[in-house]
Amino acid sequence: MTQLLRLDGLNRAFGERQALKDVTFDVAPGRLTGFVGANGAGKTTTMRIILGVLAADSGTVTWGGAPLTRADRRRFGYMPEERGLYPKMTIREQLTYFGRLHGLDAGAVARNITSLLDRLGIGERADEQLEKLSLGNQQRAQIAAALVHQPQLLVLDEPFSGLDPIAVDTVVAVLREQTARGVPVLFSSHQLDVVERLCDDLVIIGDGAILTAGRRDELRAAYALPRYEIRVDGDAGWLRDQPGVTMIDLDGPRAVFDLDTGVEEQSVLRAALNRGPVRAFTPVAPTLAEIFREVAR
Amino acid sequence: MTTFDTVRLVAAREIRVKLRDKTFLWSTAIFLLIVVASTVLPGFLGGGASSVATAPGPAATALADAGLDVRTVPDDAAAERLVRDGDVDAAVVAGPRVLAMDDAPSDVVNALSAQPPVELLDPNAVDQTLAFLVPYAFAFVFFITSLTFGLQIAQSVTEEKQTRVVEILVATIPVRALLAGKVIGGAVLAFGQIALITAVGIVGARLGGAPDNVLSLLGPAIGWFIPFFIVGFVMLAALWAAVGALVNRQEDIAGPSMPIQLAMMLPFVAVIALQDNPVAIKLLSYLPVSSPTAMPARLFAGEAAGWEPLLSLAILALTAAAMVFVGARIYEGSLLRTNGRTKMATAWRDREAARLAS
Repeated sequence: MTQLLRLDGLNRAFGERQALKDVTFDVAPGRLTGFVGANGAGKTTTMRIILGVLAADSGTVTWGGAPLTRADRRRFGYMPEERGLYPKMTIREQLTYFGRLHGLDAGAVARNITSLLDRLGIGERADEQLEKLSLGNQQRAQIAAALVHQPQLLVLDEPFSGLDPIAVDTVVAVLREQTARGVPVLFSSHQLDVVERLCDDLVIIGDGAILTAGRRDELRAAYALPRYEIRVDGDAGWLRDQPGVTMIDLDGPRAVFDLDTGVEEQSVLRAALNRGPVRAFTPVAPTLAEIFREVAR
Repeated sequence: MTTFDTVRLVAAREIRVKLRDKTFLWSTAIFLLIVVASTVLPGFLGGGASSVATAPGPAATALADAGLDVRTVPDDAAAERLVRDGDVDAAVVAGPRVLAMDDAPSDVVNALSAQPPVELLDPNAVDQTLAFLVPYAFAFVFFITSLTFGLQIAQSVTEEKQTRVVEILVATIPVRALLAGKVIGGAVLAFGQIALITAVGIVGARLGGAPDNVLSLLGPAIGWFIPFFIVGFVMLAALWAAVGALVNRQEDIAGPSMPIQLAMMLPFVAVIALQDNPVAIKLLSYLPVSSPTAMPARLFAGEAAGWEPLLSLAILALTAAAMVFVGARIYEGSLLRTNGRTKMATAWRDREAARLAS
């Protein structure tokens, strides 16, 4: 049964350094939650606390409203930041081992492995030793190790680093299958463009504190500036003299501008139409990178 | 799934991986060959009756009755020539005198002499050679096995740190189950190897013509050696696992393992060097590092009272429990420290595992 994972008021210090400060957010069933932050912001520490590898100084992690137990965690899937499997074992052997450790019986593990490896595109490599595989295929095997027991929650630390674009798409498709089953998925990434394309929810952490968290679209709307892009025939330089317009970028017929509060974008559009044809006029939504820079400031 | 199931899965993986390791298989095979060679071959090589040349007469009859290979020659000169040519081991000429090249042929001499009857008053007393060899064998088996399999446990722990697979394991199963599985897997392998070597040794000794009473004499000593070995091995294995957890690369195991290697080496040397000193051996048979070797040796020599192995085993078991506690705490405190070598004190003070358990 999949549930809501809730982190509530987590604190953790390493010696003098406060690594987590009152970290609170949810990972909802059936949604991909992107976890973004600079190096050392506390992503890995948070994930390790969820998985029970580290203890929190205070705060709770609950699963469906009840405190997490070891039995719950055994049904979670985890891909740590520092990758690693047994180099001398074949993929099938180690996946069988991990599946059994997660509590599955041998038959169920065998079935899961075959279908999982096929979907990840390394089905024909199943009986090769891990060290004989390319790095990209080792990475796929690592993802398989997190998924082999059909986990009820997935926590993936930088799952896309080291993958080529095709492998990223494969992994995204596999993760989408998991969310379609209702599994909550939490993943961290430095590749903000991937997170932007992929995540349903977003959590931004900076210096151990949650800077913002919520649905991706709502965050984009919340952090949206009154910014527009226009393309006309001829030069768009006249916009500089329009009242309430601050030019951000001008490139011949294309211009990006911000509007002062209280200035209607329709009036700018009308002014542009009076001068000639308007080929494009759109509000500019902030990219994840922009939101990230904004909140991390 | 119970903790027991988890421990079993971990131990099974350790064993399966090892049984496919070519180095391990070859070293076991070579070990077995040495055992076969040292038990079976002496019987075949050393045995066989001497061949003897002699002229016809009463001596020829006596030699043939003693089962020797008799070559009848016309005269003493011909007999001597056969000896000089190396065609026979010895010759019996008039006198009677026995001729041989460089080694007095005792079976020929015995066949020609009258022997007084011999009555053994203590037929089961331990043969001098055996009395020397048995403590040596116990010490050797315990030392070599704990060293090889202890080192393998440490390497297996370090491998999981080195390859970073450890974080997935710790996120999935209790750290103590992982440790227990490794120690048990190592113990099963060590015990299996010893059982195999012992079985081959016994069969080899039979084929090689060892006296029957050797086995019945050795039986009780081996019977005691088994529990001593198991408890002693577990004690050392927990420490080896801790050593493996302190380092990040298999090349670095040598450094932190020095103290435990010494703790194994010194009793090994002491038991052999001091075996003629009853007081020292008695002391060694109670010291937990040397009792697995010294107590069975004393039992074999018939020098220990019935209650002594029980007391010694109890001391060993208590020490082992303490060492397993220490080893487990260091293992837990260092397993996830993947940045460089962990100091023993740092590992000891790390209470993360205790906090997670509470």
